[in-house]
Amino acid sequence: MATYGSASTVALRQQYVPAAQRGPITRLLEDERRLAFCLMLPTMVLLALFIAYPFVNGILLAVTDTRVGMPGHFVGLDNFTKIWRDDIFHVAVWNTCLYTFVTTVFKLVLGLWLALLLNRHFRGKAFMRAFILLPFIIPTVLSTFAWKWMFDPTFSVLNWVLFHVGIIQTRINWLGDPVMAMVSVIIVNVWRGVPFYAISLLAGLQTISPELHEAAAIDGARAWNRFRHVTWPLLLPVTLVIVLFSVIQTFADFQLVYVLTGGGPANATQLFATYAYQLGIGTGLLSQGAAISLAIFPILLLVVIVQLIYIRRAETL
Amino acid sequence: MIEGAKWRRWVFFYVPVTAFVVGLLFPFYWMIITTIRPDRELYRPWSAPNYAPFWTTHPTLEHIRNLLTETLFSTWMLNTMFISLAATAISLFCGLLAGYALSRLKFPYAGLIGTAIFITYLVPQTLLFIPLADIIRNFKLGDSPWALILTYPTFLIPFCTWLLMGYFKSIPKELEECARIDGAPRWKAMVYIIFPVAIPGILSAGIFAFTLSWNEFIYALVFLSSPEQKTVPVGVTSELVRGDVFFWGELMAGALLGSIPVAFVYSFFVEYYVSGITGSVKG
Repeated sequence: MATYGSASTVALRQQYVPAAQRGPITRLLEDERRLAFCLMLPTMVLLALFIAYPFVNGILLAVTDTRVGMPGHFVGLDNFTKIWRDDIFHVAVWNTCLYTFVTTVFKLVLGLWLALLLNRHFRGKAFMRAFILLPFIIPTVLSTFAWKWMFDPTFSVLNWVLFHVGIIQTRINWLGDPVMAMVSVIIVNVWRGVPFYAISLLAGLQTISPELHEAAAIDGARAWNRFRHVTWPLLLPVTLVIVLFSVIQTFADFQLVYVLTGGGPANATQLFATYAYQLGIGTGLLSQGAAISLAIFPILLLVVIVQLIYIRRAETL
Repeated sequence: MIEGAKWRRWVFFYVPVTAFVVGLLFPFYWMIITTIRPDRELYRPWSAPNYAPFWTTHPTLEHIRNLLTETLFSTWMLNTMFISLAATAISLFCGLLAGYALSRLKFPYAGLIGTAIFITYLVPQTLLFIPLADIIRNFKLGDSPWALILTYPTFLIPFCTWLLMGYFKSIPKELEECARIDGAPRWKAMVYIIFPVAIPGILSAGIFAFTLSWNEFIYALVFLSSPEQKTVPVGVTSELVRGDVFFWGELMAGALLGSIPVAFVYSFFVEYYVSGITGSVKG
């Protein structure tokens, strides 16, 4: 018998106690369901207290007129009709969609490009892969401050570079101009997101057998066609999952805009989350803030469902 | 490698790779150079003739000294460290148990619970911070590190569970069955046989959870109010900016020092971190 057991099971066997003599708790936990219940308990308690309960509480808040320090009364859907008619809310919805769409496209294209570059063998590859992830792991708020300083109208190093390369004649007011502010926010988000896309896509690329490429090359396919007809279809399922994650995170983005522009100038970069914060915490209109963050939910749900359908279809192909 | 002439290699490989590296790393260089640049050089407009952006002739540690002596930065570092470690420990504990149960045990509604955890994994923090602030106030947790230690696991546990589930599934069942045949109770087989084998997965999840906690902003911003309770990201944002005045030297020093613990952990466990990212995507 001992010849079958690995070293660790032998160690366990020495502590073997006949089932009847085991402690009551051990005996109770022999039942699969009971053990599962005990194992799930801490997770379920925490998630119920701090996810499910706040979610319900959020809905309850949104149908009252609660402010900070003032218990509210039931007002039905007033908050929702109020934000529905609110111009700033419309701007925030439009900004959020634009921001999510544009950054996702750029992150995907640049991330894929970087992944393809890193998928080759060259000296210092491991080193470079490690360094490239830095924008993603460094706390967003802190790196965004570095960008804010780089965008400063008077001291901007970017302006200096662009001026000396000859692209601009006068200064760019990065964060002060409504259009440029949006561009700046998008640049920083793309900068932060590209490494995540690149590293995840690289992992996907590495699962594709090089033989497929060789076979296509022998059949005379050029680089672009090999990418289009071999790499891309095989990479699609992974790509869709990455995009799903990234879209959710970008859609609910807060810290980047909060630090860079605070939603300004004149709400030009106001997103869902920053507007909810401004109303709910800034001015203390808890119920309206809750209504706005709840309004993210159906849109997010729609996006997620569409993407999950795509993912399922891509996986069954 | 790229086939064909040498220039093709330059155009399709070296130039874009260099551009990516410079673009991705330049802000960090800028952080460092701003930190050690004396104020009189720092506040020289970019259009001034003697604006020398990429180096400094008079490096100084004054900003770092100001940051450490005149602000609560070191307190924020300790707060963040404590909160991140505690939240990571709780999340790993819960994630390990739940991941094991969901991947190895048969119990009613297992599929449903698994899906529910996956959905919470997708719930962004910005969706819940307002009602959660209300609840934190009711639980009398406001302005205490426990407000964060108990709420961070809500986005860390789903991630840890998901990652570890994948890891447990890759461990052959026979390993455990062997121990069970030899008379080990279920929970012992789990703790002494499966958990040690899963250490790489646990490390990935732990490192990822730690960096996510260090990075978290909105909960810390909303739940904490007194300066000595704040975490690094919130402290830097609120205390180093007075109205419209930005103390750029100190800000960049804070950004630099505040990034070091995360970068340090990351540099030791790059491989685990990368497998954490890819594992979180593959599910």
